[in-house]
Amino acid sequence: MSNSYSRRGFLKTAGSVAAIGALPVTLVELAFAKPAQNFTFAYISDAHIQHIRAAKFVNNWDRGLIRAVAETNLMSPKPDFVMFGGDLAQLATKPELDHGAAMLAKLNAPLRMVMGEHDYYLDLGEYWSKLFGPQFYSFDHKDVHFVVLNSILTFDDWTHNRWPTPQQRMLEMAGLDNPNGSPFMVGEKQRDWLAKDLAKVKKDTPVVVFSHSPLQKIYKGWNFWTEDAEQVQALLKPFDKVNVVYGHVHQIQYNQIDNISFNSVMATAWPWPYPQSYAQAEQYLPKLTIPMNRADPFFERDATGWQMINVNTGRVDLVYNLYNNMSRTVGFDPKLGHPVDRQLQSVALEPNRTHY
Amino acid sequence: MKKAVITSSVAAVVGLMLTLGATPVRADEFTKQDVERWNAQFMQVVQKGRELWTDPKLGKNGVVCAQCHPNAANSHPETYPKFQKQIGRVVTLPEMINWCIRNPLEGQPLPVDSPEMTALVAYATYERRGVKLEPGKH
Repeated sequence: MSNSYSRRGFLKTAGSVAAIGALPVTLVELAFAKPAQNFTFAYISDAHIQHIRAAKFVNNWDRGLIRAVAETNLMSPKPDFVMFGGDLAQLATKPELDHGAAMLAKLNAPLRMVMGEHDYYLDLGEYWSKLFGPQFYSFDHKDVHFVVLNSILTFDDWTHNRWPTPQQRMLEMAGLDNPNGSPFMVGEKQRDWLAKDLAKVKKDTPVVVFSHSPLQKIYKGWNFWTEDAEQVQALLKPFDKVNVVYGHVHQIQYNQIDNISFNSVMATAWPWPYPQSYAQAEQYLPKLTIPMNRADPFFERDATGWQMINVNTGRVDLVYNLYNNMSRTVGFDPKLGHPVDRQLQSVALEPNRTHY
Repeated sequence: MKKAVITSSVAAVVGLMLTLGATPVRADEFTKQDVERWNAQFMQVVQKGRELWTDPKLGKNGVVCAQCHPNAANSHPETYPKFQKQIGRVVTLPEMINWCIRNPLEGQPLPVDSPEMTALVAYATYERRGVKLEPGKH
């Protein structure tokens, strides 16, 4: 559409600084009948800043976040705000959160944060909250109701009784494929809060929910999963247009469950294989999702990236800008009633796209 | 004459075994206990491989294999040896593992016949059990 965010214009600006085709942040535009109401926001996620010792951090992950922040600052038009989708740190230590916060401080737009498990399980989010504020909240922006949930909580017994030290608790949750981990959940307290929060919102108001984990069940073994997803979905059901945008999975996913469109965002740190490539387990990658190209480890930033998102008539459209790879556009198709990949949905997959 | 020698040798061996109270065993025979022992040995190495796969000390920067390859997924052990275009020749899985140790893990490569490399290969391959061999596949 003519008044949507102009990616070409943006890339022209960015190209003057560096020859790039892709940025590991998510740009979101909300486009409504009145163009004056349109706005964009950016989305950066899963930076996994990892402390080595003293003043040393894993360079690879640093570069991903530094690049995302620099390129977000080049966006034109400027985003109204920037979301960070969780997992700023790797092991939730002060040096990691401070180092990450210092990089994010270079953003020249207001920043809003989502909690990830790598930010949380050392001190249960205490230091993160000191830096960034509440762990769940809502806000309204230009006729859209935004909700941020802390979806990476788990059973109290696992959190409080199972591990001898906070450090070990963090390490056990940090291993994606660690069988000692525990399923993510939003939990009763936040669901009660969400019900009250949504009670004030008109049913035709577009609702955008940000969570770290998918508020749907894809593969439990890697916590591509939220245990009480159905209960959260039920609270969102009365609204005409609901969009859930989540991080954690380090790959493109999209799905539609009833009135709720689901879209994942990219990581700036490293990509993950699709669960289907683990031969020993059943998984439920939404049938709608056309996977990203398989990552090429010889390109350090391959299969990380960012997305521009239009929320056109209250539904999200994501333009994924993938480093060392073709861009992807995943948007809501009103005729089909679910998100589709604008270029690829009707095209047979080329061999280099396959994950196995 | 030669035959007679052999016959007498066999007789001597059988006689010796009877003397020692042993049962004659053919080379290709093994017992359930043997299989269990060998399998336990193998699984011990797989377990060691899993430990190394998640060991921040395998490299030098604390990054572990499992960060990018949970359950060794996307490591494709069944496709090696294969032409790795970025290296420019056909390589084996241990060579690719060493590439990962040197680069994302910023560490020192392992000798390819070291127990550590054997364990890493055993773990990655075990996680792909049941998948058909496709050497050379990209």
